[in-house]
Amino acid sequence: MTRLLLVIAGGLIGAPLRYVADSAVQARHDSLFPWGTFSVNVVGSLVLGFLVGASAALPHDVQLVVGTGFCGALTTYSTFSYETIRLYEDRARFLAVANVAASIVAGLGSVFLGAAVSQAIWS
Amino acid sequence: MQYHVSDPSDPVGAATPVNSLPRGPVDSDVDLRVDGRAQRAHDPAVLGAIAVGGAIGAAARYLVGLGWPTPPGGFPMSTLVINVVGCGLIGILMVVVTDVLPRQRLLRPLLGTGVLGGFTTFSTYAVDIQRLVTGGNAGIALLYLAGTIVGALLAVRATVSATRALITWRTR
Repeated sequence: MTRLLLVIAGGLIGAPLRYVADSAVQARHDSLFPWGTFSVNVVGSLVLGFLVGASAALPHDVQLVVGTGFCGALTTYSTFSYETIRLYEDRARFLAVANVAASIVAGLGSVFLGAAVSQAIWS
Repeated sequence: MQYHVSDPSDPVGAATPVNSLPRGPVDSDVDLRVDGRAQRAHDPAVLGAIAVGGAIGAAARYLVGLGWPTPPGGFPMSTLVINVVGCGLIGILMVVVTDVLPRQRLLRPLLGTGVLGGFTTFSTYAVDIQRLVTGGNAGIALLYLAGTIVGALLAVRATVSATRALITWRTR
């Protein structure tokens, strides 16, 4: 039960922060490319990668609050997919494909980077 | 004011054909028609709805993972199902909030940005792939990478089309 509450606490912060960060990014460009969601997904992947690399050094409670709760809620697959389909339907097909490719490459790269940094710190 | 839309002459979607996706912002989380670029402060009710929804979504994801754990080196089926189901649900939700209940101001923040955004996760997806690759299971990683994205996109496409078809049929 305590563990569930930790996840809930992380979700309470992560989801509204995604909205605020997404709005802030979207207000600063005029392209169709969904930079807002892309950014939160990349940042969330970086933080979760860092946590995974530090899993031996950090208590499990931190993983639950920051990893499962916060990073899980900060990042989103539903908005990412919906945006991709919207771009595709709006005949911005190159951007749809680019969104998928860039999100996966940047998200994966961030995880590897975050994990490498924390492993360098704690090993 | 700038509209973040594909068709600047039609920001509210007046000319949208029945069977296409709704016009307007591509982003289901941030609607600049409502949120506005000039508006700096966020509506506390909207932020509160997103926070509550995000907590519910994250808790549901955690409980699914507890009940359906992935063995080390195994295919992360629970995360795949969470993400694909969440994508199917956002397809239904976005058509409903756009076409059926456009006046329900907090519905999309609560259910879309909050619950579904908190339920689905991109970071765990990326970490799952990284763990499989570093654990020497690159084949499973590739299958999971492709399976999730294909399943998620097909789910959105299918539920948007089905929900639109259902609404068209009911209002005929």
